Amino acid sequence: MAGSQVTAHPDIAAARLSPEVYRANFADVHPPLEADQAVVEANRCYFCYDAPCVEACPTGIDIPGFIRKIATGNVDGAGLRILEENIFGGSCARVCPTEILCEAACVRTEQQGKPIAIGALQRYATDPTLAAAVHPFTRALSTGRRVAVVGGGPAGLACAHRLAMLGHDVTVFEARERLGGLNEYGIAEYKVADHFARAEVDFVLAVGGIAVRTGVALGRDLSLADLRGDYDAVFLGMGLAGVKALECEGEELQGVFNAVDYIERLRQAADFATLPIGRRIVVIGGGNTAIDIAVQAKRLGAEDVTLVYRRTAEAMSATGHEQEFAQTNGVRIKHSAQPVRLTGRDGGVAEAVFEYTATQGGRLVGTGEIFALPADMVFKAIGQVFVADPLAEGGSSLLALANGRIRVDADGKTSLDKVWAGGDCIAGGQDLTVQAVEDGKRAALAIHRSLAG
Amino acid sequence: MADLTTRFAGFKSPNPFWLASAPPTDKAYNIVRAFKAGWGGVVWKTLGEDPPVVNTCSRYGATSYKGNRVAGFSNIELITDRPLAINLQEIKEVKRDWPDRALVVSLMVPCDEESWKRILAAVEETDADGVELNFGCPHGMSERGMGSAVGQVPEYIEMVTRWCKQHTRMPVIVKLTPNVTSILGPARAAVRGGADAVSLINTVNSIVSVDLDLMAPEPVVDGKGTHAGYCGPAVKPIALHMVAEIARDPECRGIPISGIGGIESWRDAAEFIALGAGTVQVCTAAMHYGFRIVDDLKDGLARWMATKSYAGIEDFSGRAVANVRDWQYLNLEYKTIAAIDQELCIKCGLCHIACEDTAHQAIASLRNGGGRRYEVIAGECVGCNLCMHVCPVDGCITMQRADDGSRERNWTQHPNNPMAVGASPVDGAAE
Repeated sequence: MAGSQVTAHPDIAAARLSPEVYRANFADVHPPLEADQAVVEANRCYFCYDAPCVEACPTGIDIPGFIRKIATGNVDGAGLRILEENIFGGSCARVCPTEILCEAACVRTEQQGKPIAIGALQRYATDPTLAAAVHPFTRALSTGRRVAVVGGGPAGLACAHRLAMLGHDVTVFEARERLGGLNEYGIAEYKVADHFARAEVDFVLAVGGIAVRTGVALGRDLSLADLRGDYDAVFLGMGLAGVKALECEGEELQGVFNAVDYIERLRQAADFATLPIGRRIVVIGGGNTAIDIAVQAKRLGAEDVTLVYRRTAEAMSATGHEQEFAQTNGVRIKHSAQPVRLTGRDGGVAEAVFEYTATQGGRLVGTGEIFALPADMVFKAIGQVFVADPLAEGGSSLLALANGRIRVDADGKTSLDKVWAGGDCIAGGQDLTVQAVEDGKRAALAIHRSLAG
Repeated sequence: MADLTTRFAGFKSPNPFWLASAPPTDKAYNIVRAFKAGWGGVVWKTLGEDPPVVNTCSRYGATSYKGNRVAGFSNIELITDRPLAINLQEIKEVKRDWPDRALVVSLMVPCDEESWKRILAAVEETDADGVELNFGCPHGMSERGMGSAVGQVPEYIEMVTRWCKQHTRMPVIVKLTPNVTSILGPARAAVRGGADAVSLINTVNSIVSVDLDLMAPEPVVDGKGTHAGYCGPAVKPIALHMVAEIARDPECRGIPISGIGGIESWRDAAEFIALGAGTVQVCTAAMHYGFRIVDDLKDGLARWMATKSYAGIEDFSGRAVANVRDWQYLNLEYKTIAAIDQELCIKCGLCHIACEDTAHQAIASLRNGGGRRYEVIAGECVGCNLCMHVCPVDGCITMQRADDGSRERNWTQHPNNPMAVGASPVDGAAE
């Protein structure tokens, strides 16, 4: 430790906060609406004909329909109206970037700049249905057909639920210990507080007809060829298993983390006080994962958190709403700067060095101006990548890929007979929970048609 | 700013805003608070003969509309449940302390001359400015042969009004019940009996809602309920119509009218006055928000009057009466079609679905690329203006004149009317 330092280097410590503060920091970020608030908000809805919000929802939820049911006090009917199109309506109500989807399309946005709070109303409607003792959907008579689903995230489980409803027997294979995918492992705690993701998985499985095998990974414990042989159809909803590297000097230093790994650790922690966090944090990236790690680092007690993105605010994949949320949580966002190197001291990272960028002729270039940010920890959140290796048989992928992900048609059908795919692992995937749910639902309907035919 | 001073059937008040005979005017305490807040007059809650009536728990029902409370209001409260002597004493004190305000005393006693004579003498002792005969109360009292039991029988109205005019020097206002098929029967009877003015409407017979757990009408009194008197914003259109009918009736012409029914804003008041009211009476809005609403009632009305260059209430009182016609005298040659301002349109589609499902299939739902566009099909539009009402954007849909204004023909002149009287334009008032 350098004697001239006021604080030890690196200044990384657990238990920075009191138990009460941890509890408050990781509680539900948007508390649910009270009944009277929900009715007032529901009554703001114009009940549009051919409503733009429905079209803006990837799962096509009948939004005016469910909101009208809230207004009349038919909350159970509202919940069912949502869940029949989107079985993950509960988590989508919490994590959807509604400000770029349904709420952006809401005619009240154009009229007054103040849309109906569709996400909050969706949560109000779905919470009681998810908490009810009886699952609202029943299975059709058994078809005797068997479908394998690889990946227990929103895409896989949405597919499994719809197939189960249609009478097929489904087995879900999940590499991790728990189902839920990013809802369980990858999203900020305060968005899905109180183990909501687990409760929602239990709700989805309660339809029946879904066997679950966790800790089983494609490519390691079973092969695609086995699945195609053993099952009538296969759905791949494997998500993105890899993370992009910075490819700059110092990436291997201690204190440099993949954001997704740290979030996973946080989400699985029984006690947030056990999580060591630096005093000064640098986050590199511009997506929701970057926002989630930056805000959660702050809420774990980090003093200075700076998020650095190589392009402008408009180019960030995190929405304006998310950026503002980070800023109101005390995260400083610096735009138009790319990492040059990470420098260390005593084996740990000490500084992140950036170069300002500009766009020239459509290309991002460094301007040559350099600045450095002191850092006890650096989080990399520059994107995740699809890992195709588990699909390989004898060294080459069995499936046609496009842009590094699985190529599918409009129904989610891959190039391979009997195999469908959806969610983040497919080409054109939008890294949206709600899109993954739609992919799974749509593939399930296509699988059902093919099995019936 | 305009002068709101009101002279009405022998009453004078600094403004036309009176509190109606109702719970807010049951005691000196409330009325003094109202006068301090600026109300121009009050009608003291109805006095009756001792022993006083007994009231129930609960007494009120209300309609909420899309989260807005008290869009309609109902009550089963009876007349004052305080001893007559206490009320008379308080009336005397209040009138002494507030000589510039109109203080009217509402009365309801059994339908015999002696009863009325007796109570009128007692009220005169208080120096109150006048009396209002409660012929309207639809519950509780009517079963005892009072209130609307009198108000629904024109002969009784005339008889009692005549007694009152004989036995008091005070101006007599007759308060009318709307629970009749035509308001003109009772109104004309009041005029024949010598009434100095009429006031209307009293409350409308109603069951405001049913408690679906108790399976009982609200307000629920120990598991049971009864019909109640409906009032508040929901009844304003009914009241406006009845006021207009009296204002344009030749037999009632000139009778001062105190307008009552759902008045909550200065604009409501202006509408009543335009249809012939000289004062307005308010209850539900005060019960919802307190007496302070009178501030904007006065201020808003005076400012609006100034923009129209009306110096006083009488300058616009009754101005809209001549434009209230029987349907058969409306110009059937006047044509409009809807116009949608595409710049203002927010693409909610409500105009289209309303017209498509329930009117004339005159608004097309179009898509150009991903964008929605709603367009009026001029050849199909009948100018009904349903779309304008359902559009949530002010000024987005307007009705544009489609005829050249050169022709005028009403139903009495129309060839489709077997009873048509010929080509000469005929106008006429009601009846």
